[in-house]
Amino acid sequence: MTTIADVTAAPKVESIAELKRICNRLRIEIVKMIGAAGSGHPGGSLSEVELLTALYFRVLRHDPRNPEWPERDRFILSKGHGCPALYAVLAETGYLDHSVLGTLRKLGSPLQGHPDKRFLPVLEANTGSLGQGLSIGIGMAIAAKLDKKDWHTFVMVGDGEIQEGQNWEAAMFAPYHKLENLTIIIDYNHQQLDGFTKDILDVSPLREKFEAFGWRAVEIDGHDLEQVIPALEEARNGKNKDARPTCIVANTVKGKGVSFMENNPEWHGVAPKPDQVSAAVTELQEKAKHL
Amino acid sequence: MSSTTMPNTTAKFELKMGVATREAYGQALVELGRKNPNVVALDADLAKSTFSAKFQKEFPDRFYTCGIAEANMVGIASGLALAGKLPFASSFAVFLCDKGYDQLRMCVAYPGVNAKFVGSHGGISIGEDGPSQQAVEDYALMSALAGFVVLNPSDEFCGRALVHRMAEHNGPVYMRTGRPKAPILYGPGDTFEIGKAKQHGNGRDVAIVACGLEVGYALQAQAQLAEEGIQARVLDMHTIKPVDETAIAQAAKECGAIVTAEEHLLDGGLGSQVARAVAKSYPAPMEFVGIQNTYAESATPEQLMEKYGLTAPFIVEAVRSVLKRKR
Repeated sequence: MTTIADVTAAPKVESIAELKRICNRLRIEIVKMIGAAGSGHPGGSLSEVELLTALYFRVLRHDPRNPEWPERDRFILSKGHGCPALYAVLAETGYLDHSVLGTLRKLGSPLQGHPDKRFLPVLEANTGSLGQGLSIGIGMAIAAKLDKKDWHTFVMVGDGEIQEGQNWEAAMFAPYHKLENLTIIIDYNHQQLDGFTKDILDVSPLREKFEAFGWRAVEIDGHDLEQVIPALEEARNGKNKDARPTCIVANTVKGKGVSFMENNPEWHGVAPKPDQVSAAVTELQEKAKHL
Repeated sequence: MSSTTMPNTTAKFELKMGVATREAYGQALVELGRKNPNVVALDADLAKSTFSAKFQKEFPDRFYTCGIAEANMVGIASGLALAGKLPFASSFAVFLCDKGYDQLRMCVAYPGVNAKFVGSHGGISIGEDGPSQQAVEDYALMSALAGFVVLNPSDEFCGRALVHRMAEHNGPVYMRTGRPKAPILYGPGDTFEIGKAKQHGNGRDVAIVACGLEVGYALQAQAQLAEEGIQARVLDMHTIKPVDETAIAQAAKECGAIVTAEEHLLDGGLGSQVARAVAKSYPAPMEFVGIQNTYAESATPEQLMEKYGLTAPFIVEAVRSVLKRKR
């Protein structure tokens, strides 16, 4: 393993226009890889693309050449079914070769159906049973404090996932222990497997709930990079947080970017067929011309 | 320890009593904390009962009480371990294992995280608090998690040593501890290794394989059987998983009859582990002392161990029964 002195954080992409082009490329990869796999979760992968892009290209302290860098920020995708987007961003940042993306969900692939660090050590945690990532993040944030380190822990959860009670055990714990080095990002795409969240078990109002639990909570448009980046940067670097952890409620659109998937719960966990992959890729490539 | 030093009685509490294994845990955790600054302890509002409070007192900065929220505690332990700490999380066994089970599977067993878990008040010997507090399925639950080591010490010396072995072992470990004082079976010179049974006596008529408080009863049964001319060996199987297949195979071969004794439901516990090891080495008739497909009730520990068939006379009876089937 390299020492801290040997590595520096990955360079950031400053241009919003370039970040938008990256988002578009990631969406194409996501559709293609789930289509090739024949199963997977496109809706919740597409909704988190700007959030992941902002993290990996602007906010996280990390170095793809040194995935075990002890000083790296930690990112946990608690909504494990959204892993195709994470795999795509790991390829885009250089942790993975792009050719690996085509092996999603195939025997022996590092890209398991849900994140599995046994096969892909760069992942910080195994997820897929919902509601558990925030607790893991708390453990990491405590470890950083005990070691007097300044790395930050980010956890991304889904809005349906918030229905799991363990989140609220964790939500009580983090502010009580003043874990300002911890941020939860809620990908609030308003849908879950069986339909719209409001029709199943409404989780709103999320910002107010987390505020009541003692978090510094903000609500943003999770597809607007000019809102996403400052919110994440403030969570990570802000000095005015009163030793509180941050909750970012990011309003998103499930299936974002592919017109026939947007706002349709049918695309929670169904893979596009080859003709649908073609239609989606064509649509995204057309959009790319205007980015 | 030779069987001849055991009292000629089946009354367990005439044995010399030491501290409870839960207290031994607290003592050893403090020793560990002094040696290793990476040790972090967690508890779920039962620190005084699990004796993790001893650690809390000496290392308040490395102790986190999670409140009555076991699932979150297990997840935090996972995160601590993933970030390089050596977490020990404790609660009552029934709450830790049963309420934290998905988290123990998902955040600890499946990724193979190096986190340690200690469930106190195991079995029915907790007594008056009744079945809601009595862990009678923890061996089975924790043994069903791939990669987990499952321990239950029989006395304070065994308990303290196993806490150190837990820390040295790289991977997930669960240890059950008990509420009542445990009889002293060992001394400071005895050594304990994960997966290696402690053998008491070399009897070749029957082997009694026991863990936890049942080891004391097994030794009493051994003494009584000796008076009847039946030479038993007792295996203290403090490691339920991975069970000591070598000692079991040798016992099956040399004795040809096996009795297991555990303070646990008979489904999926020590008896199941031993039976598998016997079946694949030297098949021999077996009898099983344990809790019979039921939940217990409120009473004194002694009354419950008697009523639910876990004391020395029941082991003696099981030996008589198995010897009738010995080939």
